[in-house]
Amino acid sequence: MTLASRYDILVIGAGPAGLAAAAESVAMGLRVALVDEQGAPGGQIYRAITTTPVQQRDVLGADYWYGEKLVAAFERSGAGYSPRTTVWAVTREADEFQIGLSCDGGAQLIRARQVILATGAQERPFPIPGWTLPGVMTAGAAQILLKSAGLVPGGTTVLAGSGPLLYLIAAQFTAAGARVECLLDTTPAGRWRDVLRHAPDFVASPYAAKGWSMLRAAQRMMRIVKGVEQISAIGAGKLDGVRFTTGGHTQDIPADLLLLHQGVVPGINLSNAIGCAHHWDAAQACFTPTVDDWGATSIPGITIAGDAAGIAGARSAEARGTLAALHAASALGHLRTAQRDAQAVAPRRELERWNRGRKFVDALYLPAPEFRIPTGDTIVCRCEEVTARQVTETVALGCTGPNQMKSFLRCGMGPCQGRLCGLTITELIAKERGVSPAETGYYRLRFPVKPITLGELAALPQTDSSVDAVVRIKR
Amino acid sequence: MSAAGADVVIIGGGLHGCSAALHLARAGVRALVVEKNYVGRHASGVNAGGVRTLARNEAEIPLALAALELWHHIGELVDDDCGFESFGQIRVAENAADAAALQQREARLQALGYSHERWIAADELFLRVPALSRHCVGGLIALRDGAALPYRTTAAFRRKAENLGQIFLEGTRVLGIRREGNSWVVDTSAGTLSCRVLVNCAGAWADAICAALGEPVPLEAIGPMMLVTLRMPRFLEPVVLGTGRPLSFKQTAEGTVLIGGGRLSRVDRGLETTELDFRELAASARTVRELFPVMRGAVIHRGWAGIEARMPDEIPVIGPSSTAPDVFHAFGFSAHGFELGPIVGRITAELITTGASALPIAPFSIRRFAGHAPD
Ligand SMILES: Cc1cc2nc3c(=O)[nH]c(=O)nc-3n(C[C@H](O)[C@H](O)[C@H](O)COP(=O)(O)OP(=O)(O)OC[C@H]3O[C@@H](n4cnc5c(N)ncnc54)[C@H](O)[C@@H]3O)c2cc1C
Repeated sequence: MTLASRYDILVIGAGPAGLAAAAESVAMGLRVALVDEQGAPGGQIYRAITTTPVQQRDVLGADYWYGEKLVAAFERSGAGYSPRTTVWAVTREADEFQIGLSCDGGAQLIRARQVILATGAQERPFPIPGWTLPGVMTAGAAQILLKSAGLVPGGTTVLAGSGPLLYLIAAQFTAAGARVECLLDTTPAGRWRDVLRHAPDFVASPYAAKGWSMLRAAQRMMRIVKGVEQISAIGAGKLDGVRFTTGGHTQDIPADLLLLHQGVVPGINLSNAIGCAHHWDAAQACFTPTVDDWGATSIPGITIAGDAAGIAGARSAEARGTLAALHAASALGHLRTAQRDAQAVAPRRELERWNRGRKFVDALYLPAPEFRIPTGDTIVCRCEEVTARQVTETVALGCTGPNQMKSFLRCGMGPCQGRLCGLTITELIAKERGVSPAETGYYRLRFPVKPITLGELAALPQTDSSVDAVVRIKR
Repeated sequence: MSAAGADVVIIGGGLHGCSAALHLARAGVRALVVEKNYVGRHASGVNAGGVRTLARNEAEIPLALAALELWHHIGELVDDDCGFESFGQIRVAENAADAAALQQREARLQALGYSHERWIAADELFLRVPALSRHCVGGLIALRDGAALPYRTTAAFRRKAENLGQIFLEGTRVLGIRREGNSWVVDTSAGTLSCRVLVNCAGAWADAICAALGEPVPLEAIGPMMLVTLRMPRFLEPVVLGTGRPLSFKQTAEGTVLIGGGRLSRVDRGLETTELDFRELAASARTVRELFPVMRGAVIHRGWAGIEARMPDEIPVIGPSSTAPDVFHAFGFSAHGFELGPIVGRITAELITTGASALPIAPFSIRRFAGHAPD
């Protein structure tokens, strides 16, 4: 689709939050476009739902196929949709926003009065010794290959980490025919006791039954090692095996593929670069944009929906997308406050239902500090190959925060723009200095938040009047 | 709170504040630096790192050349090489008009007795910068110029000053200054300091101090923008500057390419934020694409802007206050003060300890703005 030069609302991200926000906005008669990096709608959870080669329904499961309904509703809504489109900047321009984006190698600046970020979550960094070896990847990345291309690992696969997604992926892989040798569960052994007080809510939530049957199924299908205290990937040049410790006892198992997963955290690169306020969320051990119960940020006109504003899962994201759209519409003067509040009743009820039990899940699966804060020669920043020891030594030199660390060691300056090291660097500095992560702060992120070529940038229209033109560059 | 026995309070922990602290320590004078953020947070930590005598305002040349000598021995001064590399800087002529302007400049500098800028013809230019587009016709080169790492440099000056006994108060903002007897009283967000001498190195915020002294200055806070690419195979050694259009262009030791040259972002000095202007950056990208065909596919990976003080005549304010005793200024470097850092701190220390400087600083007097109406 060719994007127009101006919208009332631009929604970024076509997962459940973005799909719901765009559909709701267009239903209210607003000019809206939804842009997304992927080739088809669905976001991470419903990734490739309209195109996946995995047609046997029980492989990806009913929760995946639920997305069909959502995507269909979005497609019927008539909202503008631009796939394969990467937003690399959002800046203020008078009382609007200017959005820099690229689609198929052509860069363009468009404007919108309201922007809804529905950019979702990312996997939490999981820095263990050897995690940069070929043969080690994140479980989420492996899941993408399964959904979009029907690819399952051959050879011997080991899964490690914790959280519901890890078990879901284990089940999906096994159903798709992969040989999952073993699942190393790093949930701390005594955690259950600590979280019991949150259990009643969880038991009453829609997740309880699902969670339980998923655990049971996994137990039938593979060896599960509980209470794993240490993990390293071993091998010379490529992964040969996994070394792990449980109950003080260490052993090695051979593996061709190690899939790591330690839960997800909000992807904050865009909201951080825009300048929205963020805070440290101790329950989820991550930075989260500070939003009100509509998703409105500290910057009027920027609203965040779904996991990008705090992890709560797909069904919550959908409700939060609707709420964000209602807020944006009322900020545009398109909806009176009373109308907005009346229309918010149903999504708020859904939200409450799906947020039930969240505290339990957060508390149970908060990764142990050993798996968040590495030591010694373990790599922290993969792009610039910075180790934990280098970071702690630099703290000893008087470096007090991530931005100074960036200047000293170049950590966070590589192609991933800190996505894979930001939280680790913050927690490592905080621990070393004996202060809180909140006080330590996070990288100041900069546009472009996604790389663009110099040729693309150079081809941007020169003057205001030519802004509207779509630019395509010859490669 | 007393200034812990310090004689001098320096406002601002940029390179200039840190350099003043270091040179004062070498002269045996205790100083305390008050910095509202952290040392090197603003212009000094995020600039392009250009160590450039090339294309300087004539008034700045003696200082810039003296600074360059210090840069070539920077390790002796601060125990760190600051990432300084000297591959020269070249200002390229893209057409006959550029060439004429550059050759006239060379002649004028020679008449003034300077030989650090030299005209080179196209063949030498392409030998030194093989990646340059063949439409260029020549250039002015300053062979001993180079580049350093800005944050590392500022941190090194600070560390050396600290090792010699100076004190740095970070996260502390100067809120006001007043005279009490023969002392200065400095009100800060962390309490009150008193001292004999005040030094104003407050960068883009220095005009607030001047206003408090009753000598307002026409300082403008600007936000020069930079772009950096992912690593590329080495193709460039010297720093390349534009003549007819703004550009500063260099490849760092690790292979990333830095693009700057004075295009400006929007700045909010109060919030200490900048907002990149992508239409302006696109113009920079076009200049680069035309001058360096190898850059077409380069991946731009981050942009930023730093907040810097610009004076209307684009040269700094250096020297004593015109209204108050025992106050010295060093600010307003107008986007080219990094190179001058090592020397201006020495000048300030000389002014404090001897009352005079060996270098010609008259053109930088704050008196040139006498009569400027406060905002
Ligand atoms: C993007 C960019 C590129 C540049 N490239 C080059 C280059 O290649 N070569 C070159 O020579 N120069 C360059 N410059 C210019 C150079 O960076 C500056 O001239 C120089 O760093 C100025 O140093 P400073 O110490 O005066 O200012 P700053 O580094 O800005 O330091 C001033 C400090 O004062 C503090 N402060 C202000 N008010 C108060 C208060 N009330 N209380 C406490 N603290 C206060 C501020 O927080 C700040 O840290 C560039 C500048 C920018 C922004």
